[in-house]
Amino acid sequence: MSTRLAKTGRLVDHNRAIAFTFNGKRLKGHPGDTLASALLANDQMLVGRSFKYHRPRGIVASGAEEPNALVGLGEGTRFEPNQRVTTTELFDGLTCISQNHWPSLDFDIGAVNTAFARFLPAGFYYKTFIHPRPFWKHVYEPFIRQSAGLGKASNPGDPDRYEHFYYFCDVLVVGGGVAGLQAAVTAAEAGSKVMLIEQTAHWGGRAPVDGGEVDGQPVADWVDATIAKLQGMPNVTLRNRCMGAGVYDHGYALGYERVADHTPGSDAPRHRLWRIRAGQIVTATGAIERPLSFAGNDIPGVMLASAVRDYAVDFGVSIGDRTVVVTNNDDAYRTAITLKQLGLEIPVILDARQSGGGALADEARALGIRVENGKGIAKVKGGKRVEGVAICAQAGEGAVLEEIKCDAVAMSGGWSPVVHLWSHCGGKLIWDEAHAHFRPDPANPPKGANGEGFVIPAGAANGAGDLASVVRDAHEAGQAAAKAMGHKPKGKAPEASTSEEAPMQPVWLMPQGAGIKLRMKSWLDYQNDVKVSDVQLAAREGYESVEHAKRYTTLGMATDQGKLSNINGLAILSDALSQPIPQTGTTTFRPPYTPISLSSIAGEAKGEIFQPIRKTPMHGWHEANGADFEPVGQWRRPYCFPKGEEGRHEAVNREIKQTRASLALLDASTLGKIIVKGPDAGRFMDMLYTNMMSTLKPGRCRYGLMCNENGFLMDDGVVARLDEDTFLVHTTTGGADVIHGHMEDWLQCEWWDWKVYTANVTEQYAQIGVAGPNSRKVIEKLTGDDISADALTFMGWTEITVAGIPARVFRISFAGELSFELSVPASHGRALWDALLEAGEEYGVTPYGTEGMHVMRAEKGFIMIGDETDGTVIPQDLNMDWAISKKKEDYLGKRAQEREHMADPNRWKLVGLETLEGEVLPDGAYATAPGTNANGQRNTQGRVTSTYHSPTLGRGIAMGLVHHGPDRMGEVLEFPKVDGGIVKAKIVDPIFYDKDGEKQNV
Amino acid sequence: MLILTCPCCGVTGEETEFHQGGEAHLKRFGPGASDDEFHTYMFAKENPKGVHFERWRHNNGCGKWFHAARDTVTLEVYGTYPAQTLEPPKEIRDAITAKRPGWTWREFA
Repeated sequence: MSTRLAKTGRLVDHNRAIAFTFNGKRLKGHPGDTLASALLANDQMLVGRSFKYHRPRGIVASGAEEPNALVGLGEGTRFEPNQRVTTTELFDGLTCISQNHWPSLDFDIGAVNTAFARFLPAGFYYKTFIHPRPFWKHVYEPFIRQSAGLGKASNPGDPDRYEHFYYFCDVLVVGGGVAGLQAAVTAAEAGSKVMLIEQTAHWGGRAPVDGGEVDGQPVADWVDATIAKLQGMPNVTLRNRCMGAGVYDHGYALGYERVADHTPGSDAPRHRLWRIRAGQIVTATGAIERPLSFAGNDIPGVMLASAVRDYAVDFGVSIGDRTVVVTNNDDAYRTAITLKQLGLEIPVILDARQSGGGALADEARALGIRVENGKGIAKVKGGKRVEGVAICAQAGEGAVLEEIKCDAVAMSGGWSPVVHLWSHCGGKLIWDEAHAHFRPDPANPPKGANGEGFVIPAGAANGAGDLASVVRDAHEAGQAAAKAMGHKPKGKAPEASTSEEAPMQPVWLMPQGAGIKLRMKSWLDYQNDVKVSDVQLAAREGYESVEHAKRYTTLGMATDQGKLSNINGLAILSDALSQPIPQTGTTTFRPPYTPISLSSIAGEAKGEIFQPIRKTPMHGWHEANGADFEPVGQWRRPYCFPKGEEGRHEAVNREIKQTRASLALLDASTLGKIIVKGPDAGRFMDMLYTNMMSTLKPGRCRYGLMCNENGFLMDDGVVARLDEDTFLVHTTTGGADVIHGHMEDWLQCEWWDWKVYTANVTEQYAQIGVAGPNSRKVIEKLTGDDISADALTFMGWTEITVAGIPARVFRISFAGELSFELSVPASHGRALWDALLEAGEEYGVTPYGTEGMHVMRAEKGFIMIGDETDGTVIPQDLNMDWAISKKKEDYLGKRAQEREHMADPNRWKLVGLETLEGEVLPDGAYATAPGTNANGQRNTQGRVTSTYHSPTLGRGIAMGLVHHGPDRMGEVLEFPKVDGGIVKAKIVDPIFYDKDGEKQNV
Repeated sequence: MLILTCPCCGVTGEETEFHQGGEAHLKRFGPGASDDEFHTYMFAKENPKGVHFERWRHNNGCGKWFHAARDTVTLEVYGTYPAQTLEPPKEIRDAITAKRPGWTWREFA
């Protein structure tokens, strides 16, 4: 059983105890513990169930690579699934639950899957659930969905705070182990601005566990001294608990800082995302130990040899009293020696190498430890914890030579450099035959904006072995980084301990001739339950590409992304395909290195500050008077102004009736306003609009259509000519920025010799639509200027003073009534609004919102960009040939509109639709036609583009695009509804109200 | 995320400051052009593996359009230059030749 040792544990404070709960059980740990070490100290070997077979699983690793020990952490709105216990720092009051089991961790019904494992091989789901087809939706999918998913989803309402930091530096060093510290010191001493980040809470990485000397002092002391030195340098920023999550183009990198995960409830932001732009990035990300593939290598108590050592030295936790060590390299001997020196039993070291180990093996033997060369594990005995191992010859097929009782197994299959960050942005790898691992290919680094490499690997991440070579390699990396940034490196690498080790020997399967029964219990990917036999099956079935085999078997697709399993898996695949490992290659390394919280990506952009809201000068009045807002682009516009108990619908109807009967105001300030000015302004306007704008006289307005070069309608609005050189272009609310960009594009890139200047003045003016039969009267109350029907004719504009404010008044109408738009400097907008409300009181003035505006324009048959248009509609579809100049040689979209398909008489065209029963047509509904298409769907002959209840007419009105529509007046079309049933509507003229325009012309 | 330098205002900025606008050096075909000419102008765009010329706008900066000579494989930026030109300047073409001898792109080389 696993337990706490009395004396060791360099990171924990034995004198203080803190409490936490696991599955409701109250347990104790020490400050400095990870959740993993605290669980192990309490003999909690079983911590979860695997994904597919629900096999009992324990902790395998001591770091970020942990595949098994995932828990649901926290409670309520702070609950978070799939948290690795190895990277969770223990704090007082921590609560967690294990995952993927029912009804309990110790007794799990789903574990019957393991009995049927031979019927659930790789690709089982693909093969089994494909027929009969209808079963998929009603039987298979609901079943699979229920059994899918690891951990429960978190709850909405995250109460914590998250933030983004932007940072720029010469050199970013990722990894705070010995290599990272040395590289940072070297680069910083050369004068580079350095940032050093480390994912754990501690500096120095694993070096203090293994010991040795750097610069004449014990490595742990050297680490402390070096940190102190770096802290004293003004050009260095240090961050621990900050993981290098990803490396992107041109030196961009993400750092994921877990600021307050270990101090919940503190005022600090929980996570911080560092968005770093670095000149050079040094990846000192270390290496990860590989498991060995033998039967039962997933039983709780089987652990990476380095992890067993970490728990003993760092946390004072022993995994078992009797630990069998199994290895293919010298490093695992350190675990045996460490445990033995702590007074624990090592029944045997099984070294798969026939030739055995080097100096470390001699040291182990000298301590009285039995060492067996050329031997391996045939199988591990036990269920929820290790009970013993059966020993066999590595060269054989698994005949049991001896059984040994033990309660832990420490395994080592060699070390793989962490090459993720190097590879994220295109760095290539080479296969190192001697160490049987992939490491960065120095000739093919990720390249930056200048075409030169910008990532430099250092230390174990670069394949360096002992302390001396790690320090030397890191010093060179720091020098190279500083040099690339134009700084002059100085000094040389400090001396450090060397160690002579015998060569490792790749062991991908133990024993090498293991039969199918053993291979079916030899796990590669613990979390996704992928075994040696699954990868071999994938190869037999033709999934020869490593990317295909990955997806077929799900190897490396779990939350750990194959940190332990990938190399072993692709070695098995290579063997099955009889090809060398480099030819098989690796799967793609993608950021983030380990999962980062979605909240950290969102940062502060949530709730009210998700995005800035644009407000008109009258916004405050709208808020104070109960406006029901809707988003329009980044603006919030009143949809309507409900009074008392009124619902939306009643409010809209009232506003429309009041407009048509007397007087209403619209806040039209959001409309785009762009000045187009210059000697060539008229020529430019003629290119922008389909109709002729250059002939417009100063003092007049003209409605125009704007198309893109592809011929499709993109915006519409009223243009006013201010003077000979100047046009004021009104665009739709959402279109202002886009249209301004469109103008600039053509002016800068095509007609750069034309003398035209544009300015987007949308926010410089407040604009108020004054509509209704009494609109002239109310303005006349506030001005001495002449705006009579003779002085200011329809589609004219002039300058007046209204309520003491200088204004432009445009006599235009979107509602179909007599109406004016008053434009004043934005700072006067609210004053004019108030003055109009006061003056209009005698006419029962009401503000109206966007919905009333929409209904009234539909009653008049006016189109709306975004309703009648969707990026595939041309003006001709909307019967707007009248707005297309025949005289102009050219305008944007003209040539496109001549193309065969654009000129096709079969294009659907705009008509009005009047329901037979007076009801409202569903928005977007299609009119059916006889027969079916090639996919067996009903044929269609038209669709609804705008549909409303018209309070003026007391019935539903709509516009739509219909095949040969204008030639089919009076025909009745059928529109099926989503909930069944059909609405019948008659094709009519789209102008429902005041066809001759008499109302606006008074 | 790329880094680009705006040749108009001289700012070297993050990709988020800019907006990509498709292929550079397009010759416009309007009324009077054949269907083939218009189709090629409108739709037949280069999608090279290697040297490419693109339009970019410094839309969260000075607002000016410019051209960038870029490598779509290595992401190297050979240079940026003002949009008011009909062909890439000689120094940009020389910079590309130094890295990619024998390159061609449409009628340029």
